[in-house]
Amino acid sequence: MRDRVLTETSVVRWLLIAVAVGFLLLFLVLPVVTVFVQALSRGVSTYLAAFDDDDTRSAIVLTLSVAAIAVPLNLMFGISAAWAIAKFDFPGKTLLVSLIDLPFSISPVVSGLIYVLLFGAQGVLGPLMKSWDVQIIFAVPGIVLATVFVTFPFIARELIPLMQEQGTVEEEAALTLGASGLRTFLTVTLPNVRWALLYGVLLCNARAMGEFGAVSVVSGHIRGLTNTMPLHVEILYNEYNFVAAFAVASLLAGLALVTLVGKSLLEWRHGDELAATRRH
Amino acid sequence: MLALLGPSGSGKTTLLRLVAGLEAPTAGRLLFDDEDATHLSVGERRVGFVFQSYALFRHQSVAENIAYGLRVRPRRTRPSNAEIKRRVAELLDLVQLNGLDRRRPSELSGGQRQRVALARALAVEPRVLLLDEPFGALDAQVRRDLRRWLRELHDRTGHTTLFVTHDQDEALELADRVAILHRGRLEQIGTPDDILDRPATSFVAGFVGEAVRIPAEVREGVLRIGAQYVPAPAGQRAGNFDLFVRPSDVVVTDGSDEALSAKVVGVRRTGPARRAELSLGEGLPTVEIQLPARHALRKGESLQVRLATVRLFASGTRAGR
Amino acid sequence: MSIAAIGVPGRSFVRPSALPGFGITFGFAITYLSLIVLIPLAALVWRASGLGFGGIWRVATDPRVVAALDTSFGTSALAALTNAFFGAIVAWVLTRYRFPGRRLLDATVDLPFALPTAVAGIALATLYAPTGWIGALFARWDIKLAYTPTGIFIALVFIGLPFVVRTVQPVLQDLDREIEEASATLGASRWQTVTRVVLPPLVPAILTGVGLAFARAVGEYGSVIFIAGNMPFRSEIAPLLIVTRLEDFDYAGASAIAVIMLAISFVILLAINLLQAFLQRRLGHA
Repeated sequence: MRDRVLTETSVVRWLLIAVAVGFLLLFLVLPVVTVFVQALSRGVSTYLAAFDDDDTRSAIVLTLSVAAIAVPLNLMFGISAAWAIAKFDFPGKTLLVSLIDLPFSISPVVSGLIYVLLFGAQGVLGPLMKSWDVQIIFAVPGIVLATVFVTFPFIARELIPLMQEQGTVEEEAALTLGASGLRTFLTVTLPNVRWALLYGVLLCNARAMGEFGAVSVVSGHIRGLTNTMPLHVEILYNEYNFVAAFAVASLLAGLALVTLVGKSLLEWRHGDELAATRRH
Repeated sequence: MLALLGPSGSGKTTLLRLVAGLEAPTAGRLLFDDEDATHLSVGERRVGFVFQSYALFRHQSVAENIAYGLRVRPRRTRPSNAEIKRRVAELLDLVQLNGLDRRRPSELSGGQRQRVALARALAVEPRVLLLDEPFGALDAQVRRDLRRWLRELHDRTGHTTLFVTHDQDEALELADRVAILHRGRLEQIGTPDDILDRPATSFVAGFVGEAVRIPAEVREGVLRIGAQYVPAPAGQRAGNFDLFVRPSDVVVTDGSDEALSAKVVGVRRTGPARRAELSLGEGLPTVEIQLPARHALRKGESLQVRLATVRLFASGTRAGR
Repeated sequence: MSIAAIGVPGRSFVRPSALPGFGITFGFAITYLSLIVLIPLAALVWRASGLGFGGIWRVATDPRVVAALDTSFGTSALAALTNAFFGAIVAWVLTRYRFPGRRLLDATVDLPFALPTAVAGIALATLYAPTGWIGALFARWDIKLAYTPTGIFIALVFIGLPFVVRTVQPVLQDLDREIEEASATLGASRWQTVTRVVLPPLVPAILTGVGLAFARAVGEYGSVIFIAGNMPFRSEIAPLLIVTRLEDFDYAGASAIAVIMLAISFVILLAINLLQAFLQRRLGHA
């Protein structure tokens, strides 16, 4: 038993734990529980029937496709940016890093708005898009763009601090041993950042599949065409089709739980190989 | 085996990295024997570089680290897997790390990592072996052992070796030739005997051998140190000089024409010897000498001493005696 | 073998390096950043500047816009402050105490990052509606939670909590236990030690967390609109008003509100950063 002046009395301690646990249960855990309870409130068959619907299925397909485009794009960007920023010295680096983080500080609605202003019918490039007969807003390309925007920093910001911390000495060693640049990257740099990379991809994917505000602005909510899963949840909910809404929501909540488990596993097992500033 | 010796910031590591091709020169050329290597890429130079931090690939085992330079060769020149295995085993044997081939770098001690780094560098059969502060991160005992081991290895394999150090004992003991660098300039290059006995510049004289710099003046064949006068070395021209005095230069005498009187300002007993701090005059830097313990010195006592070697350099410039 | 170096200066944008690939990676990163982020944002600035200062001012002083901004910023501030208090306690409990389920609890803190906002929105709305598990408890006392500004507050607390916890946690972890022991040896009670020695160095981190939670809350849309009720002048948030304007094809109005929001957020975050820098200097905790 430690001295009373060095730690709290057990009463205070358990009180604080109770407050923390209570607060987290009330605000964070209960909503997730609600999703599954509501989804299953009419039984498993009603729950499964919710997915026996073309619009729901096309929403799932669209969400998966959008993530399948957005995540690799941001992965390529994240790796390129991290390589240039962490392994080289050039002026304006701090500014570049802040610009990469910019999408995190912009409202999802504004993130969608900027693309409407650029490509919409009354937008800057609207007439051009019309003459080329290219539809971006209220179509899939707009949804992809908005998703890419809101998930833009995830992978880069995991990689940059870690690669900066690791320096260039291992790469230099590989070069003196005769490895080519690409070979050096694949056999030395990439294995050193693999867990951080996976971590970034995990978070990027969760956000890409779950984004609502930005996508809502550019989508036009055309059922079966431009409806992603989160947008479909909104439509079903507003139509008072609660079971179906929560059924689709339960898939997204499941994705969130899988993401959390993966994230926690990475933090526990490979915490020292993730960037020190990994938490955000 | 050449040592690059100098204080920190003198450009030793930069020079080593230039040789390796990790830095590009703004001017000048780099020659390997007669071949111009200035425009060869790092990989084409075939140097074996041992980094100060060792730079082992942390996600590869010891064996994978050592084999790396062979495995990344283009298919035409890459040895077969069996051959690579044989080479790795041979190198592990050479650096006395048999049985540790499956370990990760994080599971090795500092000295072991150092030897893996060396084996990895040797695997590519480098034209020159470059070592950046090879013993910098190790503790004293390991340092001494590895130093001896490295010298033996060098004598056995005969690689041209360039190593950077800031430790003069290490440089003078290990290298055949030593290059002294200071503020990016080469001050002197020569054998340890040259460096110690015939320093070319005042920087070298002050840098090696724990020398103390005392201002001095020569007029008409007489050397003035503080308020004392002794005959100047034969043929010494007149002027203001820096006199560099090493502990070993000071010889205690019983008084003669050339003797200087020195005051004992401090005495310390260190093991079998006694170290005495001597002052040759008010306001001059003190010289520390080592004496057998039987010399019972007391603080405040006066001694007669003679300088076995008089090293004079014109104040602050590069000049001979 | 001998090596000889014999003694054409040049200056370049990037410090010369033996590593390859700067040109292509830097080029790709800058191009991609420009196409995805910078040019579209420039479109917003360009569109808003077309209105002129007078035009933006007219939008900013429109009563419905004022009410929405007031709701958004006021509720966000209140939610961020609530999170500062509970977030600090959660961070304290997670770093200082060992109890069964601690790691699980630690993992749940990130739920709001992982859970899609629309899912959080419908779940919170259902939970806090008069018919929901929690809403029903309060309905007995005639207190309405969902479909009122209180609903907005609840959603914003949900969304902001991890920001405070995740910024305070590492600082608390790195805090030297010896300073607490020193305080105890000097005769301080536990309460005095916590308030005078432990809390001050945490303040900058708490402020950072509050700043992040606030910024996120101001822009939040998905989790709020389901629980808010969305009554103009009462429970309408600024992002929703932007969407409403867009649906009316009032691009200029939408852009103006967006720019005003960005400007206010920027000023408030700047103020928080300055305060934080000041406190860090005062408390000597760099």
